[in-house]
Amino acid sequence: MAQTVLVFLWAGITAYVLFGGADFGAGLWDLVAGGAESGARQRARIEHSIGPVWEANHVWLIFALVVVWTAFPSAFAAIMATLSVPLTAVAFGVILRGSAFAFRKSVTEPALRRLFGAAFALSSVVTPFFLGAATGAIASGRVPTRVGAGDVLRSWLNPSGVLGGVLAVGVCSYLAAVYLCADARRAGEDDLAEGFRRRAVLMGALVGVVALAGIAVLHQDAPRLFGRLTGVALPVIFASAALGLASLVLLAVRRYVAVRVTAALAVTAVLWGWAVGQYPMLLGTHLDIGEAAAPEAVLRPLIAVLAGGTALLVPSLLLLYGMFQSEPGDEVAV
Amino acid sequence: MQLLAAAAEPSNLIFARFQMALSLGWHIVVACLGVGFPPVILIAEALGLRRGDTVHRGLARRWARAAAVLFAVGAVSGTILSFEMGILWPGLMGGYGSVFGLPFALEGFAFFIEAIFIGIYLYGWDRLSPRRHLLTGMPVVVAGVLSAFFVVCANSWMNDPQGFRLVGGRAVDPDPIAAMFNPATPVQTTHMILAAIMVTGFAVAAVHAVGLLGGRRGPGQRAAFLIPFHRRRPLHPGADRRRRRGGAPRRRPPAGEAGGMEAQVPTEVGADEHVGGIIVDGRLRGALIIPHGLSLLLTGTTHARVPGLDAVPADQRPPANVVHLAFDLMVGTGFALLALGGWLGLAWWRRRDLPRSRWFLRAAVAAGPAAVAAMEAGWVTTEVGRQPWIVYRVLRTADAVNTAPGLAIGLFVLIAVYTLLTACTVYVLRRLGPVASS
Repeated sequence: MAQTVLVFLWAGITAYVLFGGADFGAGLWDLVAGGAESGARQRARIEHSIGPVWEANHVWLIFALVVVWTAFPSAFAAIMATLSVPLTAVAFGVILRGSAFAFRKSVTEPALRRLFGAAFALSSVVTPFFLGAATGAIASGRVPTRVGAGDVLRSWLNPSGVLGGVLAVGVCSYLAAVYLCADARRAGEDDLAEGFRRRAVLMGALVGVVALAGIAVLHQDAPRLFGRLTGVALPVIFASAALGLASLVLLAVRRYVAVRVTAALAVTAVLWGWAVGQYPMLLGTHLDIGEAAAPEAVLRPLIAVLAGGTALLVPSLLLLYGMFQSEPGDEVAV
Repeated sequence: MQLLAAAAEPSNLIFARFQMALSLGWHIVVACLGVGFPPVILIAEALGLRRGDTVHRGLARRWARAAAVLFAVGAVSGTILSFEMGILWPGLMGGYGSVFGLPFALEGFAFFIEAIFIGIYLYGWDRLSPRRHLLTGMPVVVAGVLSAFFVVCANSWMNDPQGFRLVGGRAVDPDPIAAMFNPATPVQTTHMILAAIMVTGFAVAAVHAVGLLGGRRGPGQRAAFLIPFHRRRPLHPGADRRRRRGGAPRRRPPAGEAGGMEAQVPTEVGADEHVGGIIVDGRLRGALIIPHGLSLLLTGTTHARVPGLDAVPADQRPPANVVHLAFDLMVGTGFALLALGGWLGLAWWRRRDLPRSRWFLRAAVAAGPAAVAAMEAGWVTTEVGRQPWIVYRVLRTADAVNTAPGLAIGLFVLIAVYTLLTACTVYVLRRLGPVASS
């Protein structure tokens, strides 16, 4: 029963990375779009693409938090207590990113738009970095089960934490560039699509290199994870690499809709590979699922809520994405 | 590091409580608007659709621009709370997360539906037919009310915990359904939802009362004032009666809280009702006294026995002055707002128009911040009244707090961030203001 909850949780975290992550990545491209004049069209495209969807995509984060604290309360308390520094940074990053984005949309003066835009873009880079760093801390087993026993700095300021942070920023910006290609082309902005395509290729290659180098880092820093990633999880890792290469080819031939699927699957494979690599330990090297899971009396109604909620959620999300994956005036399938 | 943690512990409690109070006290205002504003906007849009006029539809559209900003800051200021639950109170979440987590999971889905349809509604004006567009706003209203319900279920559990057994200081045999529907749930959830609608009504009306006072008397401005102001009127007496009943927003207020709310120091038969005043050295000074009033309010008879603060051991009493004055502020403001609603009702009944006096509009301007203050005071009553418990009579706040160093820095950064956030939110909303009233 705890396994069922974990599947829902991991599906939710995957959705957060694929959708919410791409919204963060779009912020990075906003940051490097150039001067106010030269970057204006890119920024408009980014704002147009993430505007209607970012709030919904953001809810996956809250979803993940509440599922963990209900189903695996001791793991939640341990993670939050030890990783208070990076996770407080994440919380502030979330606040800055969302509010600055909304503020920028609501003002017209160039100076104010620049200010809010900078806050939005910077926090879009900082937030995934700290989330990734927290992930690295968990994966390398540096979050002790006992609350108050962890080191609030050295738990994440280490090779695995930095690797997690860099990979997270890379994956987010890669996904964003890939998704934006099709958005730009559909709006008839082929020159922008070309720009995003170049960035997607560059980021895809970079993330691939960092991931490979990362395996060497894990060999030193997180032996259990390394052993399982090169053992039981190896097929998933190969699948991810193959999908990543296929995405580069699809980008080269400008198959922008198909590459969305392969890029998303490549990232999904990384996430599920990590899950397999860590299984059944919730905190990297310790606290197995059986120890941490809430009693069945809690899990049973939780699964009912998750199943019912998903049945409501999926059609609503499809409606949202369907509506804004077309330009105004197109036939809307509502 | 261990030494440092042990040394940091007592002050950690203060930093953590202030951090929680600031971020939750901030979020609760935008959260109220998130619950109450969508129905106001939809009513305007529906009126526009039915009458085929552009005034109401334009009003809805301009309100929606302000709502977009409020929803965004509401979503992100709510997120930090989920983090803080664990970062600040690992003792609460680790020990009891599974007991009262279910309403949060439900709230998560309600929030999903809200966020999805807000996206569709706000960006769908030119993509959907007017009727369909109105329909896409409906889930926002329903989900907003539901998420308020779920999250207050969790809060009411902290005030009236049930659905588990304590064995050796650990919660076992959790029953999340029983925890969610505890005795405090019906009253607290209704009270909060009505308060949210009241706050929105007065706050939005206050903004437009400023416009009316400034001489903008177009039909749009009048409707902009009347829709929110009217809409909360039939609800308001209910909210007020609820908070009067026993002076408590729940069936069984924690004993210390009841004593605190009414500044009732000794347990006595035929207790007086105290309005205002401060407890100094165990005696209430400067209060307006209504003889036997408290016994009458709580039980319906003038000679009932009322447990006072002395019924609670000294180390389990809340700071009574804070609770008492906050409670009186809430009730007093509630009555003043009720009177203001009565003034409009009278004028409307006689002449189908706003009261002619400019003092009415001035009062309506003041009513916006006053409604927010009343709501905040009510929240202070509940939260401070429960102290020193985080889960009433089960877990002390001091035992739930994170012992890790660094919480002080978190608080200082939070103060800076929220100051900036408040300034920017107000600035951006004011910039939308002139557009909204032109």
